[in-house]
Amino acid sequence: MPSLKDLRNRIASVKATRKITKAMQMVAAAKLRRAQTAADAARPYAERMSTVLGSLAAGIAGQPGAPELMVGTGRDDTHLLVVCTAERGLCGGFNSSIAKLARDHANALMREGKTVKLMCVGRKGHDVLKRLFGKQIVDVVDLRGVRQLGFGEGEMIAEKVLKLFEAGEFDVCTLFYSTFKSVVSQVPTQLRLIPAQFDANEGGAGVNFEYEPDENEILADLLPRNVAVQVFRALLENAAGEQGARMSAMDNATRNAGDMIDKLTLSYNRQRQAQITKELIEIISGAEAL
Amino acid sequence: MAETLKFELVSPEELLLSGDAFEATVPGVEGEFGVLPRHAPFVSALRTGILTVKMADGSTHEILVRGLAQAGPDALTVLAEVAVRVGDYNAEQVASDIRDTEEDVRDATDETTRVRAATRLKHLKDMQDVMQARH
Repeated sequence: MPSLKDLRNRIASVKATRKITKAMQMVAAAKLRRAQTAADAARPYAERMSTVLGSLAAGIAGQPGAPELMVGTGRDDTHLLVVCTAERGLCGGFNSSIAKLARDHANALMREGKTVKLMCVGRKGHDVLKRLFGKQIVDVVDLRGVRQLGFGEGEMIAEKVLKLFEAGEFDVCTLFYSTFKSVVSQVPTQLRLIPAQFDANEGGAGVNFEYEPDENEILADLLPRNVAVQVFRALLENAAGEQGARMSAMDNATRNAGDMIDKLTLSYNRQRQAQITKELIEIISGAEAL
Repeated sequence: MAETLKFELVSPEELLLSGDAFEATVPGVEGEFGVLPRHAPFVSALRTGILTVKMADGSTHEILVRGLAQAGPDALTVLAEVAVRVGDYNAEQVASDIRDTEEDVRDATDETTRVRAATRLKHLKDMQDVMQARH
């Protein structure tokens, strides 16, 4: 049975913890709003991009000489997994669920006898994955110093990916991130980046566009950009998802701390009362003995 | 009331301008072209240049852009890699960016980095040229 002093200390420390988690929750809520606005603002570009690409792809599909970024290298031996996670923890299962999806995918590929390489964006995913796939991690991108995500970050990562692709380091590239459904629900998602996949019927169905310069030139310019756009979108979704996950995790923590304080206070009071009673009995029995 | 087309200018980070427009002049790589309502379906890459658009509310916007335009019978969408309003163009900023990028080109250790820096440099210089040609 802890003493009264111990209980008092515990209550004080849990109260301090509750203050911290409450503050983190409010900070996450504020950041979430910003991240969500950024994600919403970036959506139109990605949508238009895939419309244009969809109609272009429909026109060019099956033709010889189509760009490798779209049709692939024709092989399926080496896979690059780009795993985007957060830079910070304390956001529930957010990071681990992305890492888990990537891990399962990597393991499945390796069982089929394929070579797997990983690129980690974000420290938390790297922490988890380096234990399992240490030597297979070809690059780590650290975005800790970035305050406001810009398209530059997406481009930077896309450049790294494209450089590896041009060097023939991999055949298929898959991006792992978390789709932001709502504050309480983020869905870990995998998206194939190279060869690019899009719905060929999207948007331009039935409309024959005139191209200037020709399709191939536009595609050659657009496909690398599309990689950057997809990565950028993944980063934004992640940013919003991370804050959402942190908000609900911290909300839970705050509530748990509250429950714990109630419980501790109850036993503190009970014990204090017991002690008073005990002292009274001692005094009374002492008086009776006289 | 004249016919209008739905105009949208989007950059990777945000929707910059959206609304009904009467006409637009777009700097395509193979020459400047005008877009009026009922334009034939058309996709063009854009060189660095000035996009002029007359909106239905009477305002006219001039924007320095590079990217891609998709025109249809009732809509014009510009996917901009770069979009700067002519009024917001900061010559000093661009000049200092050019200096930085020139340095990057010199300091590049491998071929890919050098090529990418050189491309960026060319884009910046194009912007400068376009703006200087206006004055």
